[in-house]
Amino acid sequence: MLAKMVLFVPSFPQTPTEMSEIAEKVKAIIIDKLGVEASEVTPEASFTNDLGADSLDTVELIMEFEKEFNVSIPDDQAENIATVGQAISYLEEHAK
Amino acid sequence: MSLRRVVVTGIGAITPLGSTAPAYWEGLAQGVSGAGPITRFDASKFKTRFACEVKNYSPDDYFDRKEGRKMDLFTQFGVIASDEAIKDAGLHESGVNKDRVGVIWGSGIGGLTTFQQESFNFAKGDGTPRYNPFFIPKMIADSSSGNISIKNGFRGPNFVTTSACASSSDSIVSAYNYIRLGMADVVVTGGSEAAITEAGVGGFNALKAMSERNDDPATASRPYDKDRDGFVLGEGGGALVVEDYEHAKARGAKIYAEIIGGGLSSDAYHITAPDPTGEGVVLVMQNALRDAGIKPEDVDYINTHGTSTPLGDGAEITAIQKVFGDAAYNLNISSTKSMTGHLLGGAGGIEAVASILAIQHGIIPPTINHFTDDPELDARLNFTFNEAQKREVNIAVSNTFGFGGHNTSVVFRKFRD
Repeated sequence: MLAKMVLFVPSFPQTPTEMSEIAEKVKAIIIDKLGVEASEVTPEASFTNDLGADSLDTVELIMEFEKEFNVSIPDDQAENIATVGQAISYLEEHAK
Repeated sequence: MSLRRVVVTGIGAITPLGSTAPAYWEGLAQGVSGAGPITRFDASKFKTRFACEVKNYSPDDYFDRKEGRKMDLFTQFGVIASDEAIKDAGLHESGVNKDRVGVIWGSGIGGLTTFQQESFNFAKGDGTPRYNPFFIPKMIADSSSGNISIKNGFRGPNFVTTSACASSSDSIVSAYNYIRLGMADVVVTGGSEAAITEAGVGGFNALKAMSERNDDPATASRPYDKDRDGFVLGEGGGALVVEDYEHAKARGAKIYAEIIGGGLSSDAYHITAPDPTGEGVVLVMQNALRDAGIKPEDVDYINTHGTSTPLGDGAEITAIQKVFGDAAYNLNISSTKSMTGHLLGGAGGIEAVASILAIQHGIIPPTINHFTDDPELDARLNFTFNEAQKREVNIAVSNTFGFGGHNTSVVFRKFRD
């Protein structure tokens, strides 16, 4: 448990073997929906500034996260999920 | 004010006969059927289990995955056909003023695949709405003209015409009007449709409008044959670049043909059945000939609506004989839907391309699948049955009619300075 905390809050794993199942799924969703390369999906990468998402893409991403992780992300919190790392952190905390 | 001359400077098509305008024309000239078993979904429980699909289609051949995912299939067909026409016309290479380039597209239905998929998804859930944010922008019919303009930066007039199976002849007539009135210099026009889905096939089956000749799809679309039993559903798109003649001349564009007239009318009769007297169709051809300033005997070729339905084919021929009188016997008449199937809102687009290429090549594409004369139809008319015919074509008329009683005719002429 401690190892997991160290790995994911606040740092981000750099190799697939170190990634949590959640982080892997988040990354796969982003690659699929935004049509980007895996190497671009870094923790700091912003959906809109770095990964080419427009406002509709970000809505779709949030919906996919909700579906995949069976959570409901309120709009005011969705607004704060702007990067890959923020998405993973939020879902690590809230996923059921 | 004097009206400007309007010419066609680019063509494009993605059809059941071929995925470019030249491949499409080759299929037309050779009299090939585009029909086959439905592959897009499991049609085993449907009354009609065949259609004219665009063959071997993969969006990945045309779009990156993210781009393709945001377009319904009918929009993909529209972008593909218009890309070909735009390239053919050399619009980008000429550095045209994009503020003066419009896109007026036609679609009878819009994103039926998208609508159906989202509805399926909702029905499978527990009632919680999980509609995709791209659902509406993918589904609405004008996403076709919107995507074409965004891709190319064309900031002129932009909209979609919807009049069922007359949709893309209406878009072409609108484009012609905008240019001759001076409201744009160039308009990318035509139309596309993609309705080979459960909802599309099931819906048209319920109307008893489609052929059910499942044992022989290739001969099912047989306009003017005694045993015709309905239309065969097709899909795809056809595009024209239409342009102010002076504008085209100034940039040295090649010119395929001139558009010299358009006619519109309504049956005001029934929402799906054609008026058996053909009065609305008489009116539309009279309107078109008057607009073009020509006489019936000036016309060489009519690319008919001719969908292979028992009622519609007869009504159109009755109307042609009323409008053309004895001159009807000198016409070549053909329904290219015998080969392509019926592209609904995309029909006017690909049939405009067929009419223009008939002028260019001096070849009338045939009405294939003729086996038995219909005693109700005048055998002295030349329906161009089964094989293409050589003929110098100066003027061609393209007819399309749609559910709702919409009738539209477009008149094309061989270009001369």
